[in-house]
Amino acid sequence: MAAAAIGGAMLAPGIQLIEIARAAAPAGTTSAGANPQVRWGMLIDTTKCAAGCTDCVTACNAENGLDPQPSPTSAQWLRKIEIKEIKTGRAASVPVMCQHCAEPPCVDVCPTGASFKRADGIVLVDRHACIGCRYCVMACPYKARSFVHEELTAQQPDVPRGKGCVEGCTLCVHRLDKGEKTTACAEACTKAGHGAIVFGDLNDPTSEIARRVREIQTTQLRADLRLDPGVRYHGL
Amino acid sequence: MPPPRSAFGASPPVGRPQRPGKAGSAASAWGRLPLALPFVLCALSAWAADDTGRTPKPVIERATAGNTCVADAATMRREHMNLLKHQRDDTVRGGIRGAKFSLKECIDCHASPRTGSVAKADTNFCVSCHSYAAVKIDCFECHTARSRAVAQGVAK
Repeated sequence: MAAAAIGGAMLAPGIQLIEIARAAAPAGTTSAGANPQVRWGMLIDTTKCAAGCTDCVTACNAENGLDPQPSPTSAQWLRKIEIKEIKTGRAASVPVMCQHCAEPPCVDVCPTGASFKRADGIVLVDRHACIGCRYCVMACPYKARSFVHEELTAQQPDVPRGKGCVEGCTLCVHRLDKGEKTTACAEACTKAGHGAIVFGDLNDPTSEIARRVREIQTTQLRADLRLDPGVRYHGL
Repeated sequence: MPPPRSAFGASPPVGRPQRPGKAGSAASAWGRLPLALPFVLCALSAWAADDTGRTPKPVIERATAGNTCVADAATMRREHMNLLKHQRDDTVRGGIRGAKFSLKECIDCHASPRTGSVAKADTNFCVSCHSYAAVKIDCFECHTARSRAVAQGVAK
């Protein structure tokens, strides 16, 4: 009994269900799919994030085909927030996006199963199933989800988006599935010389993000909700 | 393709409606028959060439890139929706990309060289058949109908 519990979905010594599933991926595939060993995450060092710089937002908009000149009703996947401690006057600039929670409330409330968490920890919306009810928008404590109100015409081939669906940061999942190791925002931040966004696999002890979160103090936003976000902040 | 014809196609070979009680009218109608005959024959030959009836057949544009489709034409015509639907869940939910049937790959090959799209003009690949078959599918409300080369060129 104890052995079965430890083995989990182990069918025979060394063979697990997931391995069979991955081996059975359709012929000709170039990516084997989301790896459950991985937990994609992000470390945002607010001490390096420059006030007034919006390079990450611009890069996100361009990568995902969002409105380059956002209106108040445009979808917004990544936004910059300026915060200030009133008593001391200490200010910080913070990019906020979907926190890719391990226990995502958007998934809990979704009536159609459109909101889901991938095996590698990325929280996404399946637009084929989204009915645009916006329960997830209400449930998200980070205000990370947007609703598309109007018809769109300038979608990117890798990022389908459309009217009547809810959407949010995908951690540039189309890039990761291609084998790339960074997101558009992290790339833009590094290119701008700030290096405030580190993206990587939290489960891989040798990755830069795992090393950094091991070494420096980091905070999860609204940690009291115990959602275990994959995005962590330093210097808040 | 023949030009669009009236809803009733070829008209029957009759002259003017005959008024009752006028003896000479039948004879005059028969007299006009040789004049009407060439028009009737033209109309009949057009009918024979366009055996689909009164709906014009869709114009299927040739794919621009590549020589062979991922499956033969008969299979693709009948099954493309099932193939795409089956694979989309693997891609969206499982992250399995690059499999055999991909909407992006369809669009890259079949986008019209003129519009760069499979759905912009009425004669473009997807729309020409879908409108013929009265299929109203909303793939292209979210997925771009432009080939990757065109879409990325426009975005930059």
